Amino acid sequence: MKEVVHIGTRSRPGPDLQDLVARVARGEQEAFAGVYDAVAGPVLGVVRGVLRDHAQSEEVTQDVLVEVWRTAPRYRPDLGTAMNWILTLAHRRAVDRVRSVEASAAREHKAALLAHTPEFDEVSEQVETRLEREQVRRCLRTLTELQRQSVTLAYYRGLTYRQVAELLALPLGTVKTRLRDGLIRLRDCLGVST
Amino acid sequence: MTSADDPHTLTGAYVAHALEDEERAQVEDHLARCEVCAQEVRELAETAARLGLAVATAPRRGMRDDVLRRIATVRQDVPRAEPDPGPRRTPLRARRVSRWALAACVAAAAAFGGAALWQHQQARDARDQARQAEERAREQSRELAAVLGAPDAKSRSGRFADGASGTVVVSASRDRAAFIAADLPEPPPGKVYQLWFNDDGSMRGAGLIGPGQGTQAMLMDGPVGRATGMGLTVEPAGGSDQPTSEPVALMDFPT
Ligand SMILES: [Zn+2]
Repeated sequence: MKEVVHIGTRSRPGPDLQDLVARVARGEQEAFAGVYDAVAGPVLGVVRGVLRDHAQSEEVTQDVLVEVWRTAPRYRPDLGTAMNWILTLAHRRAVDRVRSVEASAAREHKAALLAHTPEFDEVSEQVETRLEREQVRRCLRTLTELQRQSVTLAYYRGLTYRQVAELLALPLGTVKTRLRDGLIRLRDCLGVST
Repeated sequence: MTSADDPHTLTGAYVAHALEDEERAQVEDHLARCEVCAQEVRELAETAARLGLAVATAPRRGMRDDVLRRIATVRQDVPRAEPDPGPRRTPLRARRVSRWALAACVAAAAAFGGAALWQHQQARDARDQARQAEERAREQSRELAAVLGAPDAKSRSGRFADGASGTVVVSASRDRAAFIAADLPEPPPGKVYQLWFNDDGSMRGAGLIGPGQGTQAMLMDGPVGRATGMGLTVEPAGGSDQPTSEPVALMDFPT
């Protein structure tokens, strides 16, 4: 049973983010304020999911935003949307941080990791965010339990697939394929196209 | 167990940054050569970004000013001189093309450690067979990949008895053809399937399909030449010089 949820194209993040980033790439600081408004919330959400620690999350978020400013001239629209570029960077930096921290192994108890569902921030007032959240949540429900856990632990918690396999006591190959087919199912459910 | 043998299945772990550095490098290496995986990675990365958007949360108020103050002191990187050309930049033109690109990509990957495989869905089952066929497949699958991926590749599919079906792919520019069987039943004991080029009514041997290869892409032996079609028969082990049985399949080449 495949549940397809399309909310037209409006769920594509910030129609003018592409333009803003293009202007930032030309060195316009005023345009960067617009980029900040569009991406700071998602960046913080992604980073905080992985790092958990509030102070560290804020630090990494700021570093990511500065890196967006610095590297905007090198952003290549042909390889993906600006939001994708920025959130990929945010996720990468959060994961780098958590893996470099010695205490990462002990950062959370197994049970706590497993019990966690992603923190969907219910107080957000932005309609766009609310719709996006509903849609993602519905689509996550279309995944099998293993797909959902693999995707959630890897993406929202920043675990390697080896760590996911260990945590769920599954063979590596299983986690690998669940991650892939889980994301593919999400892609189809969310109507992602490039 | 390492995953080095199979970069295709790592696209999900790759976009979720769930790989260790070494595997990550292997996947990136593969992505530079495989447009199908590169495209999948682009789509799954956009998907992951949507997961990210869904957990957006409001930063503290003062952060905006802090960040805007910081960037005022940070010098930007210089733009790339020019975008590096590469396989990733070439968009697939159409779905139909992407199916061939997929096959080419699967076959190309197989050239590094397995026999040629057809659809992604069948890849996993076929992987076991592929391991056994590793050595023999190497050279063949390179050429096979070239045929399936040729810009002028044309295909025709047909359904045979017993629910089997097949697709023939011809590249005029390479003067080669490939046959992709699906669900071909095992030949009777002591028999094999033999492929033929149909040179205007006279049949020219084009290779054997051994047991366990009923779901594979095969490069047909020899040039297409003036052949206008292909045939498939059941022959005694080792094959025959001329068909000795009624064809299981006869197909005209696509034009
Ligand atoms: Zn590939």
